[in-house]
Amino acid sequence: MSYTIEGETGPWEVVIGLEVHAQVTSHAKLFSGAATAFGAEPNSQVSFVDAGFPGMLPVINEACIAQAVRTGLGLNAEIHLWSRFDRKNYFYADLPQGYQISQYAHPIVGKGEVEVTLADGSTKTIGITRLHLEQDAGKSLHDQHPTKSFIDLNRSGVALMEIVSEPDMRSPEEAGAYLAKLRQIMRYLGTCDGNMDEGSMRADVNVSVRKAGEGFRTRCEVKNVNSIRFVMQAVEAEARRQIEVWESGGTVEQETRLFDTARGVTRSMRSKEDAHDYRYFPDPDLPPLVLEQSWVEQLKASLPELPDQRRARYVAMGLSPYDAHVLTIERETATFFETVAKGRDAKVAANWVTGDFFAALNRLKRDISDPPVTAEHLGELLDLLADKTLSGALAKQVFEAMIETGQAPSVIVEERGLRQVTDTGAIEAAVDAIMAANADKVAEYRSGKEKLFGFFVGQTMKAMAGKGNPALVNEVLKKKLA
Amino acid sequence: MRPTDLTLAEGLEALDKREISAVELTQSFLDAIERLNPRLNAYITVTGEAALADAAASDARRAKGEARALDGIPLGIKDLFCTEGTRTTAGSNILGGFVPPYESTVSANLKRDGAVFLGKLNLDEFAMGSSNQTSAFGPVENPWSRANDPEKRLVPGGSSGGSAAAVAARLAMGATATDTGGSIRQPAAFCGIAGIKPTYGRCSRWGIVAFASSLDQAGPVARTVEDNAILLRSMAGHDPKDSTSANLPVPDFQAAVGRGVKGLRIGVPAEYRLDGLAPEIAALWDQGLDWLRAEGAEIVPISLPHAQYALPTYYVVAPAEASSNLARYDGVRFGLRENGSDLKDLYERTRARGFGAEVRRRIMIGTYVLSAGYYDAYYLKAQKVRALIRRDFELAWGKVDAIVTPATPSAAFAMDEKQDDPVTMYLNDVFTVTANLAGLPGLAVPAGLDGQGLPLGLQVIGRAFDEETVFAVGGAIERAAGFTAKPGMMA
Repeated sequence: MSYTIEGETGPWEVVIGLEVHAQVTSHAKLFSGAATAFGAEPNSQVSFVDAGFPGMLPVINEACIAQAVRTGLGLNAEIHLWSRFDRKNYFYADLPQGYQISQYAHPIVGKGEVEVTLADGSTKTIGITRLHLEQDAGKSLHDQHPTKSFIDLNRSGVALMEIVSEPDMRSPEEAGAYLAKLRQIMRYLGTCDGNMDEGSMRADVNVSVRKAGEGFRTRCEVKNVNSIRFVMQAVEAEARRQIEVWESGGTVEQETRLFDTARGVTRSMRSKEDAHDYRYFPDPDLPPLVLEQSWVEQLKASLPELPDQRRARYVAMGLSPYDAHVLTIERETATFFETVAKGRDAKVAANWVTGDFFAALNRLKRDISDPPVTAEHLGELLDLLADKTLSGALAKQVFEAMIETGQAPSVIVEERGLRQVTDTGAIEAAVDAIMAANADKVAEYRSGKEKLFGFFVGQTMKAMAGKGNPALVNEVLKKKLA
Repeated sequence: MRPTDLTLAEGLEALDKREISAVELTQSFLDAIERLNPRLNAYITVTGEAALADAAASDARRAKGEARALDGIPLGIKDLFCTEGTRTTAGSNILGGFVPPYESTVSANLKRDGAVFLGKLNLDEFAMGSSNQTSAFGPVENPWSRANDPEKRLVPGGSSGGSAAAVAARLAMGATATDTGGSIRQPAAFCGIAGIKPTYGRCSRWGIVAFASSLDQAGPVARTVEDNAILLRSMAGHDPKDSTSANLPVPDFQAAVGRGVKGLRIGVPAEYRLDGLAPEIAALWDQGLDWLRAEGAEIVPISLPHAQYALPTYYVVAPAEASSNLARYDGVRFGLRENGSDLKDLYERTRARGFGAEVRRRIMIGTYVLSAGYYDAYYLKAQKVRALIRRDFELAWGKVDAIVTPATPSAAFAMDEKQDDPVTMYLNDVFTVTANLAGLPGLAVPAGLDGQGLPLGLQVIGRAFDEETVFAVGGAIERAAGFTAKPGMMA
């Protein structure tokens, strides 16, 4: 089912390409030893290199290079053993050197691809054009003083990966799924934390529209969109705007726009005519970056299992594709699940994690990184179910107690005497007592009102404080009521 | 003999023999500076107190038998090297009263070895110039003058004009300098002293105010070839803070100076016989080759066919890099700030007021050659020619061990000459720029006087990281030339 937008002149197709800026997870900046922690006091993480002082020189941080290569490998992309840093010259108050060091002509990572899964279960492959490294600029603060702007250079020099896609996406959903997939891969790899609200990941969205069968029309770039939801909204808003322009007889001009999240529309930022002449040239302070194939192989060998591989493995373990998908969205969730499932029935483990456990997370508004019960305890709970110490109903009860107390399930079972009763004698005694107290109902049942069976089960379980083994209770009742 | 007349090597010996103390030596240079600097304008900043304190510390080390390689030697530092706690101007108004909180690697290496810094030496603004007349702190005067016109004030060359003039006039035993297109060798030749631009990557560029990063290289100037060798040994070395710094051991350059040239093949590039080359320069060149032949070297004619494009190539590459390197002087974080109505206005006012005419000219040339639509025609083309110039040398090294040429196309000119036409001024670098474009070491040695009694120099170019052969050839020329002439103005 392809996505189109209905205009006055009929359906329009949307063409989308994304440029994602992802902050490299690293302790130090791309070309200086300064720290990169988020939320530090303004200008507390700035070296003389980052501030562009006279005579300061950049030195490549090898850890950032490794992260870019790992990301490239995670995107099934070509790793370029020879790459180069260029200077992109322009003036701005928060650009201390007067240029940004960026890989313009020769990026470290070339063509690759990722597969995204859409809501209807279908998959689509999105091409990656390139991934290059560059340094971030500082931040201008215009609201701290009535007449002055302040500048925070903490981000100046922080390593970014710019991941450029092919114009392969055709709907807001695909754009959202692509962004979510990139984020997922990088979080698995530990190369970008993907915290869009902290600015560690942001996207420039290229949008154009066309009629079926046409070539590409003029595109516009919507700059710096900082959530998946906003990317999807920006695509739709910009596509609708362009359709209106075309249908009213106008021409879409290539330009850079901003997405106004409050009003849900895009507005012009600058047109191509007054765009900067950036004046690129190879940075003479940095020799070309030459990588050893063996080093790349080493990185490749040490990559963690990626979400697609992990999902396939879960399906092979007997999980439904849906459960496998849900459990692998976040690496932490998958790790949690694997701890729970280790040496146990994977399907039961998956049911508990995606069922009661996820429900608890939601209810308590907690995160997988801060779970209300540990994976180890949940695993023990499954053991108690498997060895019939607990019935399903009792297990749910114990689970709630685990959330409340943080105690191990075995402790809760012991302290509260929640062990299920499998002693047939005790069950028979309880059944006898219920039948004696409800002689009228017994008679009704025996005269054919079979619906009453449930009533007897309920009464027996209630009398046994929920601890009766449900199967045995059924069995005894069937025999005695017959 | 006055202490200021000692060469650096002699100074070290005198200090070792306790014939003089570092404090006495430093004081004689400070006295000389006080007397002569008002006329020569070689120093922008004199750090007398710190120098005397450092000299006293040096004497204490020597007394304990802990003297280092340069202990107690008074040096001048080109004001392009950032010096911690001492104003660093780069000869420009735009740096205002900039006091770096850090020390350049090269000057730190010299300090590590016990050198005493007398102060910061004048230079062309941001090292852009061949006469030291573009300095915002006024021109430096060459201590030499013409025999037939002693009143005419001459330029010391540039950009390291302050460094060369100070050493020639005995206002320092040696000095740091930098060379982007000839800024060590040309002023050394004009002032009758020696100076070496080492191989690109031999000295760290960290903490040196950048002009054109792919060409800039620090080196020493001093009165003798040997003194240069001693200084370079301390200045050089791998620096992890400079990605272009070579990770190679630093040889004992001093030992190479007396090595001799027997069996060496000395190349003479045909293309350097420029039309209209001054007969005196041509004669000196021939004389130098004769000396080397007499010492056992073989003279081999070679061809550097792309050398003729070196100057235009240089004047594309250097301004391109400079326009980028100088973008950081924007009035936002340090140095001069001229307030404006908005950010763009602040930039424009600050940069218009802070940069002198020559710097503005080169920034505009550089911006132009890098701009969209012109990049391929100028910058890219220049890079291709640069590669060809490098290849010329690669091919030459198959035939020869070193190349000898004149250092400059003329002797020092007067302050009021060559003012109008920047292109004429740029021709000063015609013999020196190729070494920068190819990253090779080049040494200027005083070899004789012209008809008016002004010094002329020869240049020795060597293979990359083979400064030892360059010093050997330079040492041989120096011995044969027996250059003993002295400038008129001297401490």
